[in-house]
Amino acid sequence: MSADTGSGRRKLVEVTNLKMHFPILGGLLRRQLGSVKAVDGVSFDIYEGETLGVVGESGCGKSTCGRAVLRLYDITEGSIRIDGTEIGRMSQTQLRRLRPKMQMVFQDPQACLNPRMTVAAIIAEPLEEHGRLSGKERLNRVYELMDAVGLNRNFANRYPHAFSGGQRQRIGIARALALNPKFIVCDEPIAALDVSIQAQVVNLLEELQDRFGLTYMFISHDLSMVRHIADRVAVMYLGKIVELAPRDGLYEKPLHPYTEALMSAVPEPDPDIEARVERIILTGDVPSPSNPPEGCNFCTRCPKVMDICHRIDPEFREVAPGRFVACHLHDATQPQSRTRTGQTGATTRSEHIQQGEDA
Amino acid sequence: MPDGAAPVLDVKDLKTVFRTRAGDIHAVNSVSFSLKPGELLGVVGESGSGKSVTMMSLLGLLPSPPAEVREGEVLLAGRDLLKATPEGLRKVRGREVGFVFQDPMTSLNPVFTVGFQIMEPLRKHMKMDRRRARARAVELLNLVGIPDAERRLKDFPHQFSGGMRQRVMIAIALACDPKVLIADEPTTALDVTIQAQILELVKELRQRLGMAIIWITHDLGVIAGIADRVLVMYGGQVVEHGPVREVFANPAHPYTRALLQTVPKLREPREAKLKVIEGQPPILGAHPSACPFRARCEFAFDRCHRQNPPRRDIGKGHDTACFWDHRTGAPV
Repeated sequence: MSADTGSGRRKLVEVTNLKMHFPILGGLLRRQLGSVKAVDGVSFDIYEGETLGVVGESGCGKSTCGRAVLRLYDITEGSIRIDGTEIGRMSQTQLRRLRPKMQMVFQDPQACLNPRMTVAAIIAEPLEEHGRLSGKERLNRVYELMDAVGLNRNFANRYPHAFSGGQRQRIGIARALALNPKFIVCDEPIAALDVSIQAQVVNLLEELQDRFGLTYMFISHDLSMVRHIADRVAVMYLGKIVELAPRDGLYEKPLHPYTEALMSAVPEPDPDIEARVERIILTGDVPSPSNPPEGCNFCTRCPKVMDICHRIDPEFREVAPGRFVACHLHDATQPQSRTRTGQTGATTRSEHIQQGEDA
Repeated sequence: MPDGAAPVLDVKDLKTVFRTRAGDIHAVNSVSFSLKPGELLGVVGESGSGKSVTMMSLLGLLPSPPAEVREGEVLLAGRDLLKATPEGLRKVRGREVGFVFQDPMTSLNPVFTVGFQIMEPLRKHMKMDRRRARARAVELLNLVGIPDAERRLKDFPHQFSGGMRQRVMIAIALACDPKVLIADEPTTALDVTIQAQILELVKELRQRLGMAIIWITHDLGVIAGIADRVLVMYGGQVVEHGPVREVFANPAHPYTRALLQTVPKLREPREAKLKVIEGQPPILGAHPSACPFRARCEFAFDRCHRQNPPRRDIGKGHDTACFWDHRTGAPV
């Protein structure tokens, strides 16, 4: 997988200004008192065949964002185009027909598998729902999928409890693959697994991507693992994407102060590096998404906070080719390869003329 | 860390077995380690490696039945805790040994105020009166960096965030100036930026209070950052032990070596493919008669299937339980 910004490649997923607000109901008549702005205006694209990593701390809205992109929720606002089809406003009945194209792998492999179904039945369920295969063909497909994810065919009639965490996650992946999807949202697929098992599952996901040309949205709080698997990375904080950039650029030189702090906080399994690393210790906690601060969401904890940050919410914009950031520190930097540079130049010039005229 | 000092805690040949209907589970097999005053011992291992059970066995915190501490000695300042009466153990817990658990939500009692829970050990163990206990509680909350301590004493656990709750847990554990603090995955449930805050706090508290700490985690990065010595556990046994720099620079046991390679790094060149440890951790149905790692080990040879390797010294305070020599690449 190349790490280029994907110019010229086809966009499989286009998300524009996605908002997902959950109402807070209360009082005598269960009136709406406010809303939790779990996802508050995010925009990003995912190119065909790439992996977009989404990182952030718990409560930043990364899982909600993943679920909203697949329309597991009725979204508050925004547009989602998957493979050219706008699904933001589609009804669940219409969506059903598109489900084979887009699938999900869940975090907790214990909770997302029905304990009363055998592995074969779990993997075959999407085939029954959406496919037209005969019983025999279906079983063959189940075996094929079990091979693909590295599960022993002889275990097809066992129940989920007989498997370990890593194997259960493989069952979940096989189920997601059953209908030959193009796009898979992986919501913290390795968070519940042991360190020595995580690498097995990540390698499997990468192999499957190469084999079937899959596109992933990989949601995780593990920055080192995202660096390994993702081509581009979006960093979320309090319902918004604060930075979106190609992997290597982001990890080499994070532009947003939050990304910087987040990366410096990750402990490295090497005592020599640990002794050298300069940690940016953020004070305080993440504000509540029902009552975000005025101005920039990060202004309450930002080590580089300025006056303007308390007043104006920074715009999420491209500051260098392929690098998007929402921060006032980069207000001065102009994108290099855009007509916008020309436009800004033009406006300043006309201002000068006006001033000249006044004088 | 003074080298010749007598250990505050000395554990020898600890064995813990769980008796279940499906048979015995040998969770801890002949674990020995010692802890010197003021030092931080990191314990790493995957879930099921026996790291938590070992520490719980020390203080009789496991429900019995099904748990049974079969053998061993736990010497705290020369006294064997395994022979202590329940009454005697209660005096040790919270007084001489503090405990911080993984999940700060379930280990704090939701129906009592935080102030009450910090004052409880002070009043029980230190026989303080209410006013002195209160003053000490405020002091402790300040120590762990909770702002507005006076007022927050009246708050309930649910009014604190995860990181703040863990600070409260640390305050409770520190209340009676324990000699030993056992922290069982204290930052696992927290976000990285909050984890960084807690780690910073612990480093600072160590310098100020000078107690010995046992820090259990599965995160090698955390160990690399704060520990003096490290104990690597696998299948209920100690497979490698040594000073932290030495173990990370020259890992001797194939498990430690594989584990260090399988974790992706943030600050080193990115590798195209992750190294994988194939297979699953063992189920400990019987007392081990062979190496617990043999099924997943790339260097396993016939002796590993016949005999459980004992820990052998490889110099610089470093020891490993393996028949394969990492320096020569051949059996010992």
